[in-house]
Amino acid sequence: MSAETTSGTVALRSFWALSWLHLRYQFLETVRVPIAVLGNLLFPAMSMFFFVVPQESVAGNPVFAATAVASLGLFAVCSASLFTYGLGVAEDRQLPFDPFVRSLPAGPGPRMVGRVLNGAIFSLFGVVPLILIGWLFTEATVTPVQLLAGVTTILGVSVPFVLLGMGIGHSMSAKAALPVVQVILFPLAFAGGLFLPPQLFPSWLDGISLATPTRAGRDLLVAAVTGGDAPGTALPVLAGWTVLFAALAVWAYRRDEGRRFR
Amino acid sequence: MTEVVEVSGVTRRFGEVLALDDVSLAVGPGELVGMLGPNGAGKSTLLSLVSGQRKPDSGTVRLLGGDPRDPASRVSLGITPQETGLPATLRVHEVVDFVAQHYPSPLPTGELLELFGLRDLARRQTGSLSGGQKRRLAVALSLVGRPRVVLLDEPTTGLDVSGRAALWDAIRDYHAEGGTVLLTSHYLEEVQALAERVVVIDHGRVLTDDTLDAVLRRVSVRRVVVSSSADLGGLPGVARAEREAGDRQVLWTADSDALVRELVGSGTDFAGLEIRGATLEEAFAELVTPGALVGASEGEAR
Repeated sequence: MSAETTSGTVALRSFWALSWLHLRYQFLETVRVPIAVLGNLLFPAMSMFFFVVPQESVAGNPVFAATAVASLGLFAVCSASLFTYGLGVAEDRQLPFDPFVRSLPAGPGPRMVGRVLNGAIFSLFGVVPLILIGWLFTEATVTPVQLLAGVTTILGVSVPFVLLGMGIGHSMSAKAALPVVQVILFPLAFAGGLFLPPQLFPSWLDGISLATPTRAGRDLLVAAVTGGDAPGTALPVLAGWTVLFAALAVWAYRRDEGRRFR
Repeated sequence: MTEVVEVSGVTRRFGEVLALDDVSLAVGPGELVGMLGPNGAGKSTLLSLVSGQRKPDSGTVRLLGGDPRDPASRVSLGITPQETGLPATLRVHEVVDFVAQHYPSPLPTGELLELFGLRDLARRQTGSLSGGQKRRLAVALSLVGRPRVVLLDEPTTGLDVSGRAALWDAIRDYHAEGGTVLLTSHYLEEVQALAERVVVIDHGRVLTDDTLDAVLRRVSVRRVVVSSSADLGGLPGVARAEREAGDRQVLWTADSDALVRELVGSGTDFAGLEIRGATLEEAFAELVTPGALVGASEGEAR
């Protein structure tokens, strides 16, 4: 036998080839459960129809309407991120297929890349109907540059929520992750002004709101799509939460590794 | 020549439980080794170390000369998922494609499915397969990357007789082409049918590591069943005696020929004499708990 075969150093497939592979199959697995995809598309779209379109004062005002689209879009992204990662990771960890996939000749990287991109794709799926409704049924207008800025911002803003979701998914069972995600998502969305504009908040609530990652993300996103200015605190607040949730995700991942795969 | 699998002085704990206690095991190229042991003996832990899922507390594990925790070392390794864990919404050919594309030169999916009699099921979602079909798919997945070594954890558990025979053929074919196999099983029958070498593990230790023949010869217990009104448990050479319904008695002995001569010579009235070797399960029990059949009963007989 040759040295090449006895040393076992046959080359791995490239990182990006493996990432693409994992992305394709994760996408396939996700779309095979259409209700999960539809739920993520429908809830923000329905909110738009019930709460925004009928209100002439909002729907008829280009800036207010664009702000509403941005807020609900961010909600769709937060919801997709927390559910895909929080619940999805927790579910995957429970499957006996998980240790098998871990033993295939690929490191953890490609799977992680696949997961992040898959989450981003489904987040954007949730935003598309909102943009269509905003365009067709309200006075919201954006320039192509603002639309691009909005999509880019929303992906950037989703990062802390992806990390929070991973932290949840790696630290608890799927049964526990579901209520935890719900308990975190709705108060955060409300306090962040994703359902009601923060201009309606009393000042004490506005103070709390400004410290939440949802509010910081919303302000940045609204600024991007309407050309206005975000409060100076938005970026540092979002960065702070991102660091915190990254630490949580890494801690939970290591702890999980340590418990199951020492 | 480099060993395919080399485990030296490995100890692994889970909290208080000592799963592996200073285990050493080397598997050379082209060997077909069967690992036996009761549940919780440490077989699955050992396989998880060899497949890089865990690392030992102390000692070293080498796979084809490399560290199995390094993905590059696993390019020539094939393993089976548990059949219950296949992604239920993916189709059979999709699962095979997915696993295949982790390897540099996999077997064509169609060819592999043909080999395992799964071609007609290629478009079915794995959630709709029967237990036996999932089991076949699981073993097929271990071979898709043209591995040099496969780890098979209970490959035929839950299969019917024909399904088991078909899988055994596939494993034998792979081995005949030079592949190395390390398999675990609850079934001595399976190990006897496949393995050339047997490793018995219990309580995290290697109890026996020898050729199949040597292991089977080591346990030469005979079971003699006979009806008699007299109590035959006291005959010389009887290690242990049990009474069954009526006057039927079961006698365990190391030398059934001598016992029968003794029985005839004693002039005791008897009827319905039956003799058989210990079953494989009994041999296994004897290996795992020495004296379970013979030694312990000597104590009782005294």
